[in-house]
Amino acid sequence: MSKKLITISVNGKKEEKAVEPRTLLIHFLREELNLTGAHIGCETSHCGVCTVDIDGQSVKSCTHLAVQCDGSEVLTVEGLAHKGVLHAVQEGFYKEHGLQCGFCTPGMLMRAYRFLQENPNPTEDEIRHGMSGNLCRCTGYQNIIKAVQYAAKKLQEPVAA
Amino acid sequence: MIPPRFEYHAPKTVGEAVALLGQLGSEAKLLAGGHSLLPMMKLRFAQPEHLIDINRIPELKGIREEGGTVVIGAMTVENDLIRSPILQAKVPLLCEAAKLIADPQVRNRGTIGGDIAHGDPGNDHPALSIAIDASFVLEGPNGRRTVAAKGFFLGTYMTQLEENEVMCEIRVPAFAQGTGYAYEKLKRKTGDWATAGCAVVIRKDGDQVSHVRIALTNVAPTALHAEAAEAALLNKPFNAANVQDAVAAAIAICDPAEDLRGDIEYKTAMAGEMVKRALNKAWSLCA
Repeated sequence: MSKKLITISVNGKKEEKAVEPRTLLIHFLREELNLTGAHIGCETSHCGVCTVDIDGQSVKSCTHLAVQCDGSEVLTVEGLAHKGVLHAVQEGFYKEHGLQCGFCTPGMLMRAYRFLQENPNPTEDEIRHGMSGNLCRCTGYQNIIKAVQYAAKKLQEPVAA
Repeated sequence: MIPPRFEYHAPKTVGEAVALLGQLGSEAKLLAGGHSLLPMMKLRFAQPEHLIDINRIPELKGIREEGGTVVIGAMTVENDLIRSPILQAKVPLLCEAAKLIADPQVRNRGTIGGDIAHGDPGNDHPALSIAIDASFVLEGPNGRRTVAAKGFFLGTYMTQLEENEVMCEIRVPAFAQGTGYAYEKLKRKTGDWATAGCAVVIRKDGDQVSHVRIALTNVAPTALHAEAAEAALLNKPFNAANVQDAVAAAIAICDPAEDLRGDIEYKTAMAGEMVKRALNKAWSLCA
């Protein structure tokens, strides 16, 4: 089976690789690019730990072929912090203790990042629905909701000059 | 889990996709959103030698109006149904129902056409399509044909879509002013398929029911069109006794499979409850 050459931007860096068509995006990120932030959980698109951003949309990378990303821009959790400063969603999960074991956190962060662009000023109910594609087995979700609320507030603060 | 090996094709037009289907025959599968097919491939329930990815065909996406008909490209994703101003105004049932399908990430990939063409009785769009009197435009080597949703679903994973055809459009008559609608779906958790679901579209003339469609999700090998239940209401007053007759008629055609969502008795009872809730909610929206 012939490999396909793909060009893909990951966290702003252009990558050109030949991939087997059956390679899933999650495996491409973890094994070809050594970006192990996105995790492998249920592998059937339920749990959300593999969530990344593709062309401005949250996608579960365990159910997406790398070859389908030819020409796309992908953002993973490794690309969230900027010059050593945590993104507001990362700061929110840290400050509000939005994790215990941390396994679901990369997916939670990437979904929260996109959700807050879709809905910058969400109600608690909207957060619960917006984050409903991500499972956490430790926290009971309460602190995750608080973390997203923290980030929403922080992202709305005027940026210091 | 990694899918079995396959050759990948990414046509740019429906014509190219149809030609590839003709050339590759039954060894090829169309890849739409992939959220049913890829998991099935990982589990080796499906092992196509060729995948024809139809995500890069622009003509298959988008929602437009043609006179009194809303035309939905088969590769339009669930989140675009929810956000569509045309659907919100003309077929709001699809916007409300799509919110109950899967989860936000999956709704970015899952398509209305894939949901219909897959023929899974657990999918929601088959019953919705029947309830809204949709028809499907299918393109094959001999051109296009249009088939009604009613009668399209033949059995589990079996539809009238031929192996050499691509589903292109879902065509829906715009709701008349004052149309009531509801989709009631009992599920164990976000992202699960329905334990039982019911789609209703209803119109009134005074206190009488002047139009009604009732269709059921995941309580038989295919989506069910509950025609006897409709007959229990049509041209009659909408009251508790007639609703109960409709519920009984809907229950009578249920043939669910026992699984972790419940046994046959439970699922059948829940189907009846979903019919009742959907009818009452839809009627309350009727003007």
